[in-house]
Amino acid sequence: MSVPLPAFVAVPLVTAFLLPIFGKKGKAVATFLANLATISLLVLAVSSIGQSGVYEIGKWSIPLGINLVLDGLSSLLLLAISVVSTAAMLFSTRYMEQYTAKAKYLSLFMLMVAGMNGVVLSGDIFNLFVFLEIASIASYALVGFGCEHEELEASFKYMVMGSIGSIFVLFAVALVYGNTGSLNMAYISKAIQSSGLNAGLTFALALFIAGFGLKAALVPFHAWLPDAHPSAPAPISAMLSGVIIKSLGVYALARVLFNVFGITIQTGWILIVLGLLSMIAGAFLAIGQWDFKRLLAYSSISQLGYVILGIGLGGLIIASEANVAWASLAILGGLFHLVNHAVYKSLLFLTSGSVQMSTGTRQMKQMGGLAEKMPVTRATCTIASASIAGIPPFSGFWSKLILVIAAIQAHLYWVAAIIVFVSLCTLIMYLKVQRYVFLGELPESLKEIKENRGSMLIAMIFLACLCVLMGLLLVPGLRFNILEPAVKVLMDGVSYSANIIGM
Amino acid sequence: MKGMTIIVKTISSWVKVLIFLFGIYIILFGHLTPGGGFAGGVILASSYVLLMLAFGRKFAEENLSLPVASKLDCVGALLFAAVALVGLFYGAASFFWNFIHQEYLVGTDYEFNLVSAGTIPLSNIAIGLKVGASLFLVILVLSIFRPDMSGNEKE
Amino acid sequence: MPYALCFLLLMIGLYCAVTKKNMIKIVIGIMVMEYAVNLFLIMLGYRLGGIAPIVEKGDLESGAEQIAASFLSASVDPLPQALVLTAIVISLGSLALMISICIRTYEKYGTFDITQIRRLKG
Repeated sequence: MSVPLPAFVAVPLVTAFLLPIFGKKGKAVATFLANLATISLLVLAVSSIGQSGVYEIGKWSIPLGINLVLDGLSSLLLLAISVVSTAAMLFSTRYMEQYTAKAKYLSLFMLMVAGMNGVVLSGDIFNLFVFLEIASIASYALVGFGCEHEELEASFKYMVMGSIGSIFVLFAVALVYGNTGSLNMAYISKAIQSSGLNAGLTFALALFIAGFGLKAALVPFHAWLPDAHPSAPAPISAMLSGVIIKSLGVYALARVLFNVFGITIQTGWILIVLGLLSMIAGAFLAIGQWDFKRLLAYSSISQLGYVILGIGLGGLIIASEANVAWASLAILGGLFHLVNHAVYKSLLFLTSGSVQMSTGTRQMKQMGGLAEKMPVTRATCTIASASIAGIPPFSGFWSKLILVIAAIQAHLYWVAAIIVFVSLCTLIMYLKVQRYVFLGELPESLKEIKENRGSMLIAMIFLACLCVLMGLLLVPGLRFNILEPAVKVLMDGVSYSANIIGM
Repeated sequence: MKGMTIIVKTISSWVKVLIFLFGIYIILFGHLTPGGGFAGGVILASSYVLLMLAFGRKFAEENLSLPVASKLDCVGALLFAAVALVGLFYGAASFFWNFIHQEYLVGTDYEFNLVSAGTIPLSNIAIGLKVGASLFLVILVLSIFRPDMSGNEKE
Repeated sequence: MPYALCFLLLMIGLYCAVTKKNMIKIVIGIMVMEYAVNLFLIMLGYRLGGIAPIVEKGDLESGAEQIAASFLSASVDPLPQALVLTAIVISLGSLALMISICIRTYEKYGTFDITQIRRLKG
């Protein structure tokens, strides 16, 4: 294939270690290099759409060496990661001027991107764990970057829960190695198909769900997210909520459950129940919040529940051998919602950062009437809120509609009713945001604020345009190239191993 | 951080050189005996930590100061990436390919000696440099930051 | 049987990380969990009466095929040892970050007790 796969990991890593050499004097050069790296990653990700392949590192053949695998699901997530990281890096050239130590921030950011790219591309389960840890440790440091009271407390809480999740994942990897004798995902899948699940492997499956569920903030394990996302600086909140919980949590869970272990009726039901709990709990807890970013964080928990519900529903239909077309529709809805949510939730966090930089506060009761002072921020926030609430011409409506149709076709009418009800709650919470932040009276203390300029506006407008254009992803031309290969990977399930070993 | 008594200072000024040499031995023979880059790097860092404990933090900081350690850290990582990338440019070879072992020094003459196994000793040296520098940096930074209870920080 | 004891150590570490109130004790609980997982990985590769997986020059004298067979039947598995090296490095980085966050939190709040560090609520 034309794109060398290690470039996705090597480019951010080399940039991360090149940047601290510049120190305080060369801050402009460091920022320029970092932006160049993220834009080149975006170009590489776009040029790898539609390709697939296996890259063996060091030319050691597969069961002996480590390989990197690019297939439909990986290229979909690589595209999402590079889009959100380009926008966040553009935003942070202006936003991070209010913090010190910018070169260290940039190199930690690049390490996080390198870790996420590695998780998405890895074909070997221990390699996935190592990149998971790289991305997680970089994000623990970035959440507490400002070193104020709340940020340190949030970072400690996030760090303790994240470390416990990673230790569960490592224990599960050890159990899988002990029972199957190989670390390569294709070989593990072949061994599990031929020998079936014994007690050790079932326990490993439970530990995987717990560990990756902690990273993805599914409901019994979500306690770190409402503290970590508001306290982080705004571009880091956008990255955390937009791509980290998806690539470290949802992607890894889908890969392990569908391609390695093979989906069964019990695991499908577990995913559906976790998804439903996340949707309901996140929506109810979000409506009562008065802190702008904390409301957005709870709404992330709720939207991620949609994604897990879609994937679980598809898995249940595949496992119970019913009509396969409905399974692919459910998985299409889940994955499309994943990509949608990455774009518009990161846009929402960037607008909240712009509001915070101008007004100095996050409490919605102290804001109001910002519509005339900050027109661009208001326009982009309205576009993003309309998409996430599911108003018809925007893309959020289509993904929720696909999920409702798939639920009805699977004869789970109560699930479809819950999806519609939670969408109503989402509409209520975003109407609250619009009313209290942008409409209404401008309070006395905020009469002199101005709109933010420069790279922050470019990043927000870029994401807003993407938001509007995302509805076009369902157009058959784009859908066959971008979304359908990803759905096909999850539908194939355990024949993933035949594809890899045959190559 | 103050230093210790004259006996400790004298002995540790002899012993730290031996520890440093032992660390270099573990790094260089990493492809033949247990150890390798990480373990050797930890031993290198611990020789500097011995210097810091025996003589006081200021003396160790003059010996290997904060910006120099930070730059050594980055240089070590970039060296490792360079060794991996050179394998990419040898015809149809791939990332991390052991180009020295496959192309230049082929044959059983070259096995089990110090100069053998291709790019592995070079990777070990790069990793040892990086790990030593960054562990020393971590311990130095944690000992610089000593807050009083009144809220002032001693930098 | 030793595997069950490893799991018991993991549970002890989890209990310590979840129920203690001092931040340093929580960090120690997480480190005990890491040790338990590393121990489990090494015990996976062990073989009773095995030799260390190192091949020396003297072994090669008798030809490559014979030493391969005798080596394979007597040595312990080297792959979990490589995994454990990587896991130890990762836990070192994680521990350094946790300790520095604890130090900074002590400077801001004046206490290590997590029941008094509760400004984020709701």
